[in-house]
Amino acid sequence: MTAERPPVRLESAGLRLGGRTLWEGVSLTVPRGEFLVVLGPNGAGKTSLLRVLLGLQRLTQGQVQIDGHPPTRGSAEIGYVPQQRAFDPEVPLRGRDLVAFGFDGHRWGFSPRFRAASAEPVEGMLSLVGASGYADVPIGQLSGGEQQRLRVAQALVGNPRLLLCDEPLLSLDPPSQQAIVQLIADWARRRNATVIFVTHDVNPLRAVASRVLLLAAGRWAVGPVEQVLTTETLSRLYGAPVEVLQVQGRVVVLGAELGGHEPVTALPVRDR
Amino acid sequence: MLWHYAFVQQAVLAGVITAVLAGCVGPIVAARNMSFAVHGLGEVGFTGAAGALLLSLPPAVGLLAASFCAAAVIGTLGVRLRERDIATGSVLAFGVGLGVLFLTLSPRYLTEAYAILFGSILAVSREDVVRSAVVGGIALLALAAVYRPLRFASIDPEVAEARGVPTRFLSIIFLLILALTVSEAVQVVGVLLILTLLIVPAGAARRLTAHPGLTVAYSVLIALTSALGGIVCAVYTSWPVSFFVSAISFTAYLSARLVGPMLAGASAARASSHTVRA
Repeated sequence: MTAERPPVRLESAGLRLGGRTLWEGVSLTVPRGEFLVVLGPNGAGKTSLLRVLLGLQRLTQGQVQIDGHPPTRGSAEIGYVPQQRAFDPEVPLRGRDLVAFGFDGHRWGFSPRFRAASAEPVEGMLSLVGASGYADVPIGQLSGGEQQRLRVAQALVGNPRLLLCDEPLLSLDPPSQQAIVQLIADWARRRNATVIFVTHDVNPLRAVASRVLLLAAGRWAVGPVEQVLTTETLSRLYGAPVEVLQVQGRVVVLGAELGGHEPVTALPVRDR
Repeated sequence: MLWHYAFVQQAVLAGVITAVLAGCVGPIVAARNMSFAVHGLGEVGFTGAAGALLLSLPPAVGLLAASFCAAAVIGTLGVRLRERDIATGSVLAFGVGLGVLFLTLSPRYLTEAYAILFGSILAVSREDVVRSAVVGGIALLALAAVYRPLRFASIDPEVAEARGVPTRFLSIIFLLILALTVSEAVQVVGVLLILTLLIVPAGAARRLTAHPGLTVAYSVLIALTSALGGIVCAVYTSWPVSFFVSAISFTAYLSARLVGPMLAGASAARASSHTVRA
């Protein structure tokens, strides 16, 4: 057996978009089984980092490797969970059809009877995420939490070894957030899979996060939550006084746009 | 029986081909919110048809060429056809103006203008039917080849892109398929009424079911009923085909809006009985 290559390796990686440096000099190795939380303010380039890993965006400097190779578009090894967004209530799509997209939606051709929607892996995933009960309901009629369970099933149905999540908790209520985090963490532990989880709020993830990657103001820091989210580190990154407080077991950041104190009604600016 | 007349047989054949194609394309048009693009391609087609008349070419060929070229240009430039878009609207308006000029300069312009704007299914020739079958066949084959990823990219574009679906390529392919479909539909209902075959049946179908296969089946069924019903009614009366086609599809749409909530209510009640709140 050959020595295993790390699922994700960045070497002096940098990205400039629209004449602005999002981040640079990022060197990071994510080992198998790690749950890496990516934090940072709006426009810090968190989504762009995921796009780099998905092979949809090229680095402007440095190197990126997935399992020892440059990223390829549409790799079956990678699953992707997007932000919850409202579906048109009329869109003709059931929960199981959304999961089926993850199963064979990328394949050419068509199946006249839409069999993928009831294929065994799809049924298995629906029951794994506890969505079997509403798998036939039109997607537009489901709650945000129900939709995100289906999103997780959609991302996992292809049996990925690396899961990329882009703010999947946004606009969910706290119990739903916790349920989604638990689903993903349990799955990752069982499969020894790697998770890279982009979020605004570290609090729902504190129990499962191995490390935190913080992107802010073109700079970055990585390490365990308690080492990165400190008054000292954040003040250095932002170049301004930032206060990190522990309030009733929650991390609260004052003086910088980050952490659980900001209103979730403010949607992040998509940095593409 | 009127069925023995060649013109009726040809009309029915052309109607069936068009309705099947429009019924299949409609749900994707609805998912991608492209009614304005349908209208725009129709208007460009009008200019093409009028230009062809001026050059003494068959208007159907001019229409097909113009909307196909427009789709290719729009697709490769990545122009988004949205109602809000003033630039697109301005170009289209000028295009229609040019079309009016071409029509006025060509002989027999009143008959031809009527045919392009409101359809002329009862006047299709044998050659028209053959061309219609070829164009329709190509469009259906192309649609079948890309249907699954196209649906993924239309309904769930963000994840489709992450999964490596070539979303940009698919939107160009779909615009070209749409241009072919528009040129077929114009023959039946005319430039002004293409939405009646391209949007209304799919709009009705998605009110009736969330099952993706049934959506296509209902959409095709409603388009077929409208087109064939329209032809039959027009043959027995002196009223225009387009009127009947639009009346039948509109009736289907209204009925679906009435019946749909009851169906949805029933399915929601069924689901909520064992829904686990996430």
